[in-house]
Amino acid sequence: MNVQASSDGESQVDYTHSPWLDPSATPFIQIKNINKQFGAFTAVNDVSLDIYKGELFALLGGSGCGKTTLLRMLAGFETPTSGSIIIDGVDMNGIPPYERPVNMMFQSYALFPHMSVHKNIAYGLKREGVAKAERTQRTNEILEMVELEEFAKRKPHQLSGGQRQRVALARALIKRPKVLLLDEPLAALDKRLREQTQFELMNIQEKLGITFVVVTHDQEEAMTLATRIAVMDKGDFEQIGTPAQIYENPRSRFIASFIGSANLLDCAVTKRDGDFYSVSQPGVDQPIVVEYDGELAVGANVTLAVRPEKIHVEKRSVANSSVAQGSNQLNGVVKEMAYLGRLSTYHIVTDSGVLIEVTSPNQSRYRDGNHPIDWDDEVTISFAPQSAVLLTE
Amino acid sequence: MNQKKSKFLISCMIFGYAFLYVPIFLLILYSFNYSPLLPVWGGFSTRWYSRLLESPEVWDATLLSLKIAFISATVATVFGTLAGLALARVGQFRGKTVFTGMISAPLVMPEVITGLSLLLFFITLWQLTGWPQQRGMFTITIAHITFAMAYVAVIIQSRLAGTNRALEEAAMDLGAKPLRVLTDITIPMLAPGMMAGWLLAFTLSLDDLIIASFVSGPGSTTLPMMIYSRIRLGLKPDINALATILIVSVAIGVFIAGWIMLRQQKQRALLANE
Ligand SMILES: Nc1ncnc2c1ncn2[C@@H]1O[C@H](COP(=O)(O)OP(=O)(O)OP(=O)(O)O)[C@@H](O)[C@H]1O
Ligand SMILES: [Mg+2]
Repeated sequence: MNVQASSDGESQVDYTHSPWLDPSATPFIQIKNINKQFGAFTAVNDVSLDIYKGELFALLGGSGCGKTTLLRMLAGFETPTSGSIIIDGVDMNGIPPYERPVNMMFQSYALFPHMSVHKNIAYGLKREGVAKAERTQRTNEILEMVELEEFAKRKPHQLSGGQRQRVALARALIKRPKVLLLDEPLAALDKRLREQTQFELMNIQEKLGITFVVVTHDQEEAMTLATRIAVMDKGDFEQIGTPAQIYENPRSRFIASFIGSANLLDCAVTKRDGDFYSVSQPGVDQPIVVEYDGELAVGANVTLAVRPEKIHVEKRSVANSSVAQGSNQLNGVVKEMAYLGRLSTYHIVTDSGVLIEVTSPNQSRYRDGNHPIDWDDEVTISFAPQSAVLLTE
Repeated sequence: MNQKKSKFLISCMIFGYAFLYVPIFLLILYSFNYSPLLPVWGGFSTRWYSRLLESPEVWDATLLSLKIAFISATVATVFGTLAGLALARVGQFRGKTVFTGMISAPLVMPEVITGLSLLLFFITLWQLTGWPQQRGMFTITIAHITFAMAYVAVIIQSRLAGTNRALEEAAMDLGAKPLRVLTDITIPMLAPGMMAGWLLAFTLSLDDLIIASFVSGPGSTTLPMMIYSRIRLGLKPDINALATILIVSVAIGVFIAGWIMLRQQKQRALLANE
């Protein structure tokens, strides 16, 4: 959220970048109580969602959770069992795929094998009845945009995976749809190409201003690409929000462990002091203080979640401890460590016997036999009350 | 041990192929024999081929066979394709499995039975409606359509099962109405299968003797029927020449059909290797 100081001193939300915060904005795509049954099996379970114009919205979830099914209902290939889909004010119920203002980029690309790259891309315009001269011109323009000019005459099977991906993208974009649906657009590419293509996708989306709905099972991809993410599980939305919201304020244990990794500890509330709650694990005396803006009764069961990178670790023997005032401190021993270059990951067992994962940046150079923190070192771990969250689900 | 085994296998193979192809080779060889007496080699000549050209009944029979083969293959391809499409693409309906099984029944049905049942069918039809008044080219064509259609439908159905449904959806997504999808995407994808089906139907019709014999009438003698009836009057070298022509044309048809299928398989394999 962008907060700007206005002339009268009050802060104002910048709605152009976060339309979902603007109560007066009308959503571009409205998904209302959509349900999809395959026989007795519920693939999508009564979900509702608003997507705004110009968003790059990601549907994220594990395999089989119903992402593709939801996307196919937007495209018109599946009919919802109940509920309605409204795109740009028009109810899509009963409107066939060929009359919807959306285009889709398929998971397998689905390039027409008997047509050249040029013909593949121009197909949508041809069906729209665009005259040949304009068709050629627009196709050439988009070929230039995806940098495939010299491949125009080739057949799909004569292209590399990355080139096919770009042909599929160009073909789906040429009609300048109101909404572009992308089903795992980068899944078939290798890691390097995928990262590079993510930024190309974002650039194209920004340039054309088309609303994108991207399906992915790769959480990093969703975080990189999306303005907002809906995390799906078993046909339901678990949480909808910006990448930062979802990462920093996970709504449930599922989200906390699905997006990134988190230390999850089952605790009970022992004391409350304003927004500061003391929680502790059953049988463990040492309380942990967490700032939480919800209402919790003393004695309530909660889950404490702390991200590994939000925990500070240092040797207990260090003279000038840099542990911040007021932060939670626990003593423990390093049981495992993994050197990952940029970061190191430590598995630390606290004195009360809890396993905590900590990642910390490698600020000083490692040299053989000179690790700042090593196996079996006695360490102190600490984190601020603001770094942890309490989960009730 | 291994060496021995492979020698044994190789001799088996040679024997097997010899058994298959020596008679055909002999037939072709004797069609170029100058001597009219079968086992006597009288030098190379093409006289039987020229004689063939001069005999009008051979021409009539050939022309009739070609006409029937062409018409029945074409009609069978159209109907077979539609049947294959229906079976593969019209979602689930009651008794789909039964229909799918039934379409391939004519493939395993003894031809004698197919011929007999078709003859009964035409006779019943004639009694009920007075049509067809006489059996001939028309009834043979219909008979050939019915059994060739089954072959085409099976080929198309297996082609479709292997093709990517997403291609048709992609076309629809880009604004193609269902009929357009059929002509722009489905038919071109099926074209090699349809070609193969047509060639198969054509050759099946061209060399069918049994079914044609059942449903033909006076004055309509197909090429295989003519060859068969002449053989019964004694082996004549001009029949060898005729048979040679038949073998060569059937071989070409089968070869082209196989080549088309192979090429499509390769292309598909390339696309599947993502
Ligand atoms: N046509 C269908 N008939 C029956 N079940 C289906 C059909 N299509 C999808 N399903 C089921 O619905 C569920 C959701 O499928 P969907 O394709 O939406 O998953 P997904 O989230 O896209 O998974 P993935 O990440 O593996 O692509 C799956 O359990 C699947 O088996
Ligand atoms: Mg999917």
